[in-house]
Amino acid sequence: MLRQDYELVVGLEVHAQVSTQSKLFSGSSTAFGAEPNTQTCPIDLGMPGVLPVLNDKVVEAAVRTGLALNAHINKTSVFARKNYFYPDLPKGYQISQYDLPIVEHGRMTVDLEDGSSKEIGITRIHIEEDAGKSVHDIGDEKVSHVDLNRAGVPLMEIVSEPDIRTAEEAGAYVKKLRAILRFLEVCDGNMEQGSMRCDANVSVRKRGETKFGTRTEIKNLNSIRNIVRAIEYEAERQVEAIENGEKIYQETRLWDAGKNITRSMRGKENAHDYRYFPDPDLLPLRLKEDDIEAWKKTLPELPDQLKDRFMRDYSLNNYDAAVLSGSRESARFFEAALEGGRDPKLVANWIMVELFGALNKSGKDITESPVSPAQLGQLVGLIEKNTISGKIAKTVFEEMLQSSADPEEIVKAKGLVQITDTGAIEKAIDDIMAANADQVADFRSGNERVYGWFVGQVMKATQGKANPAMLNDLLRKKLQG
Amino acid sequence: MDLIKLGLKEAADLLKKREISSVELTKACMDRINSRNERLNAFVTITEDKALEMAQRSDKRLKEGNARLIEGVPLGMKDLFCTEGVLTTACSHILDGFVPPYESTVSANLWKAGGVLVGKTNMDEFAMGSSNETSYYGPVRNPWDESRTCGGSSGGSAAAVADYMCMGATGSDTGGSIRQPSAFAGIVGMKPTYGRCSRYGMVAFASSLDQAGAMCRNVEDTALMLRAMSGFDPMDSTSVDMPIENYDQNLDKLTLKGLRIGLPKEYFIKELDPEVKAIVDAAVARFTKEGAEVVEVSLPHTKYAVPVYYIIAPAEATSNLARYDGMRFGLRIEGENLADTYRKSRSKGFGWEVKRRIMIGNYTLSSGYYDAYYTKAQRVRALIAKDFADAFTQCDVIFTPTTPTPAFKLGEKISDPIQMFLNDVFTTGASLAGLPGISVPAGMVGGMPVGIQILGKPFAEQHLLQVAWAHEKMTAFAALDVKAA
Repeated sequence: MLRQDYELVVGLEVHAQVSTQSKLFSGSSTAFGAEPNTQTCPIDLGMPGVLPVLNDKVVEAAVRTGLALNAHINKTSVFARKNYFYPDLPKGYQISQYDLPIVEHGRMTVDLEDGSSKEIGITRIHIEEDAGKSVHDIGDEKVSHVDLNRAGVPLMEIVSEPDIRTAEEAGAYVKKLRAILRFLEVCDGNMEQGSMRCDANVSVRKRGETKFGTRTEIKNLNSIRNIVRAIEYEAERQVEAIENGEKIYQETRLWDAGKNITRSMRGKENAHDYRYFPDPDLLPLRLKEDDIEAWKKTLPELPDQLKDRFMRDYSLNNYDAAVLSGSRESARFFEAALEGGRDPKLVANWIMVELFGALNKSGKDITESPVSPAQLGQLVGLIEKNTISGKIAKTVFEEMLQSSADPEEIVKAKGLVQITDTGAIEKAIDDIMAANADQVADFRSGNERVYGWFVGQVMKATQGKANPAMLNDLLRKKLQG
Repeated sequence: MDLIKLGLKEAADLLKKREISSVELTKACMDRINSRNERLNAFVTITEDKALEMAQRSDKRLKEGNARLIEGVPLGMKDLFCTEGVLTTACSHILDGFVPPYESTVSANLWKAGGVLVGKTNMDEFAMGSSNETSYYGPVRNPWDESRTCGGSSGGSAAAVADYMCMGATGSDTGGSIRQPSAFAGIVGMKPTYGRCSRYGMVAFASSLDQAGAMCRNVEDTALMLRAMSGFDPMDSTSVDMPIENYDQNLDKLTLKGLRIGLPKEYFIKELDPEVKAIVDAAVARFTKEGAEVVEVSLPHTKYAVPVYYIIAPAEATSNLARYDGMRFGLRIEGENLADTYRKSRSKGFGWEVKRRIMIGNYTLSSGYYDAYYTKAQRVRALIAKDFADAFTQCDVIFTPTTPTPAFKLGEKISDPIQMFLNDVFTTGASLAGLPGISVPAGMVGGMPVGIQILGKPFAEQHLLQVAWAHEKMTAFAALDVKAA
């Protein structure tokens, strides 16, 4: 935890690869994983005389994303050249947007574990092309290779305001943004394959200070977990440096996930002058109001709307509703499991605690769940009907995870049906009380603690199948005499 | 019949009538090239085999009655246009050995119309120059006087056409690179409105100014060639989706009576050779005799055209030339490491004029100077365009000299960039405004041809060609005498 007298300030830059068949300015394929340099054409290779032609699908994706983030859509935006030399940048410049991006002034609400919500501003979204990939020293070779399959792949750079104050908020922001992009089907959000990348601008300041501290930019954050850990580390590092009287340099730092530290890449940013100017090969991008309106109509039900609906229709609390609406798959799973009128709160708990816990452990996502929504619904139904207790249900669920069998079958096969027969429970209690007269006397003389012991004994005698509420009722009556 | 002296239209007609064959016409041009090129240095690559192959295919089509617009006519292609399978260097050392795997749209259009490629013409390196002296392959000599320049940057095309090596050639014009060499060589050269011809596959110099055009020995040929090469191209986002008229068909459909000729007072400056001025006056007089009116117009920002041009063009060039890094094509000089390889390849690969402009461009785009130079130049550019728009409310066409003087001597201005830049004083304004312009031969000064420039409204190519054609009919300009040359 960061020292109480310091405040963390974070802004995030997310690069999201727009899911299109072809590149931003050429007809080359964008498919992932092809042989190096097979998905290129003279335009991607920066050959003499070739020209970029804008892929309209990317414009549509950026505008829809802007609308989903409650942002202002600029009717006129301008593509600019960012000039620098690098072997994986074939033209010697990257086509991006600079002082007139397509989207500005958006905002997004993130929901935190303590049930609170926070609004984070979106400074801008701009469209740009990706560079290629440099591969150094393969095996014994002391040469570098360049793969230009990625060169020209369309990206949206989504820049947040420095509104983020904790590492948790940063994680929640990226998670939410990824959900929105996936709901819109504009980006697959796959951080491992690099289709979503994140840079974090991190600074700290003494609480009460109104000016920002000097920030560092952390790159190479390829998972939400790494984003959170890197920000936590970097904040601590900066505080420690300041406390030791050292200066924080504005620099780019790399996250080293193996060592859990950030490392300086000093020297790059300060020296660079990208000499931006409007790309004369591309006319200013002018959007028609009609197109924007038409795209607005294609927006799906987004996480926030889904969350509101879950809170309204199923009386879920803010955090539960936010988690379940966090992906279309979990929202679908939840609603499918409710079929047949199950208790939403109970279903939500089972999904969020037991199912997510199990999936997390096995490294699967919800689409790979061994338990189907209908099966989970059935299980909750069995609890609701008092056929099994919540505790037994956990045993059944373990079995479901292993075998993907229906819960009813498991309960039947293993004889786990709950004992709701008053007589059977009473008999078990009577037997135990008869055999343990000392303990009965102990309880009756005022030792409440021994009550739990009796519950355990009765459960043991019924192999855990006694209905807990009934057991409780009967036991207390009998003990009190 | 002297085949090489045939005009483009004339040759196309005779080919269609099957009075001549494309192979014999192409061979005649090849003979001329082979006998003259060593002296003039108009071509840097001669594509004899390919030319004969294309000519044979044309003859087959002609025989089958499938002739297209300019079927079988030999053409020169400025080395700025990428030609699939044919060396393309923009006359720069850095593009050594570069054989494009694609064809420029302009050249593709010409081949689709039946044109035959005889070779790639010499030019200033990356089109940066006004005298062809910056070419890595040495300067072009003017066929009228070999001690003189044939202009630039399309000097090779101008010399090839004037010297009867081909019926027409492509040029590109960024600040006057078609019009000035055409004037120096006594031929017709037209730069259409920016956006008329696709820039796809044309090696970029200054993207917001570069425009391809046609160079021929008469107006009708120029009209025909321009018709064949221009048109909308989805591969060029700045190309304009407007229909192309049959320029060569309507040349005589203009009434000169009432035509308003604008003479911009700022163009008649003290540096203007009085004999050149007299030639412009005489041209105007021919029109007024036929009922045209003269209107004095003002283009008040004219004096800024050259400076603005020399800020915007190098800025764009510096970025356009960044791709020549020795990595994927062209010249590579291996260095100690990556930066050293860049440095050595580019130092060796670019000539001094190109380096000068790369440095100017980097300077004006760098932070702290960008607004003072680039942004301001763009604002003045808009004012220059507005000057023309205002002038064209009072006149239909503008007449000016194409250049202040006839062709100068090789070596005369090469060490003085300012003198060289001032040679573009009459042509850069229209380039900055994106307007169409044509240079037509109008007289001789000291044994050298002099051209006048006719400028028009955006997309008024047809109208300009009609005016130029009328001028040609009224002028007794004698083309270069082959025997004398």
